[in-house]
Amino acid sequence: MKKRVNLRPYIAGALVGVLATLSVIASTQVLGKTQFLGASTTFVRGAGFIEQSVNPEHVKANLYFIKEKVKIDWQFMLIVGIFIGALGAALIDGSFKFEAVPPVWRERFGDSVVRRAVGAFAGGIVAMFGARMADGCPSGHGLSGLMQLSLSGFIALACFFGAGVLMAALVYRGKRGVR
Amino acid sequence: MNEQWLGLITGICFGALLQQGRVLRFEKQVGAMLLQDMTIMKFMMSAILVGMVGIHLAVALGLAQLSPKATQIGANLVGGILFGLGWAVMGFCPGTSIGAVAEGRWHALFAVAGMLAGAALYAEAYPYLEKNLLAVGGLGKLTLPGVLDVNAWAVIPVLGLAFILVFVFFEKKEL
Repeated sequence: MKKRVNLRPYIAGALVGVLATLSVIASTQVLGKTQFLGASTTFVRGAGFIEQSVNPEHVKANLYFIKEKVKIDWQFMLIVGIFIGALGAALIDGSFKFEAVPPVWRERFGDSVVRRAVGAFAGGIVAMFGARMADGCPSGHGLSGLMQLSLSGFIALACFFGAGVLMAALVYRGKRGVR
Repeated sequence: MNEQWLGLITGICFGALLQQGRVLRFEKQVGAMLLQDMTIMKFMMSAILVGMVGIHLAVALGLAQLSPKATQIGANLVGGILFGLGWAVMGFCPGTSIGAVAEGRWHALFAVAGMLAGAALYAEAYPYLEKNLLAVGGLGKLTLPGVLDVNAWAVIPVLGLAFILVFVFFEKKEL
């Protein structure tokens, strides 16, 4: 009854390790500044751009926007690239699929798109507030941090996952067969 | 302009690999947190395994520098826990939310909007946090080999072996 091992996550993951290495070398050699994979700072810049269109003075005076600099930088374009790369790969292998409510969520909370939207939005607020406080997300702290054997990466990733396991048990408890 | 092009090209590869690893999906992220499907852990740990060897080799060859994030015990702990709580409900992390939208899972747009709001809120809170919580347990840019006072190449094989044992465990338990 032994199932064949699905190598997909291992192979794709290992290639991300190769990509991270090449990216670190290329950015150092071409830009003179080593760039590590990350994502959450771009949300600060995105928020900064949106606020700028309404109240530029406020953004100019805010200490955090001054510190992180509201600009289209390497990581901002990395995020744009993630969208393009994921879209291309999903279209090519036919796994692109419109989804309003994921099955695991539906089992617990039903078909309501509004309820899913509120959950995603509220979770997003808390998660990003936390990621900025911790100074990174599963990419910046998890991948790039652990690749560098950074102490902050180990602490942050343990907290991300520990709190995630706890919250998932509270929110989705009693549901089986997640695949 | 080189900076933006390099970021874009790297991102396209990263996005395609995230998609092919099937880690962009809500059920994979929540599945890991429910300890039922470890796809994202296999993906992340494989990336870390290869990347830590590659990056430390690049550093040894003088091709790059390490740039670890500073350890701030207070902020890393509190921020990390807040992230985890929100992550479980949202079902995406910042990078994967964008890729999930690209895969057609458009409910991730609400997650993106929430995260933009969260970033804006944090920008408002920052001047206050900077003076108290962010100053707690600031230890500087520490690495595990630095703390243990050993060479990075003493840590890498140990961590690598530990990861491989975890993979074997996952496959035995069919997680």
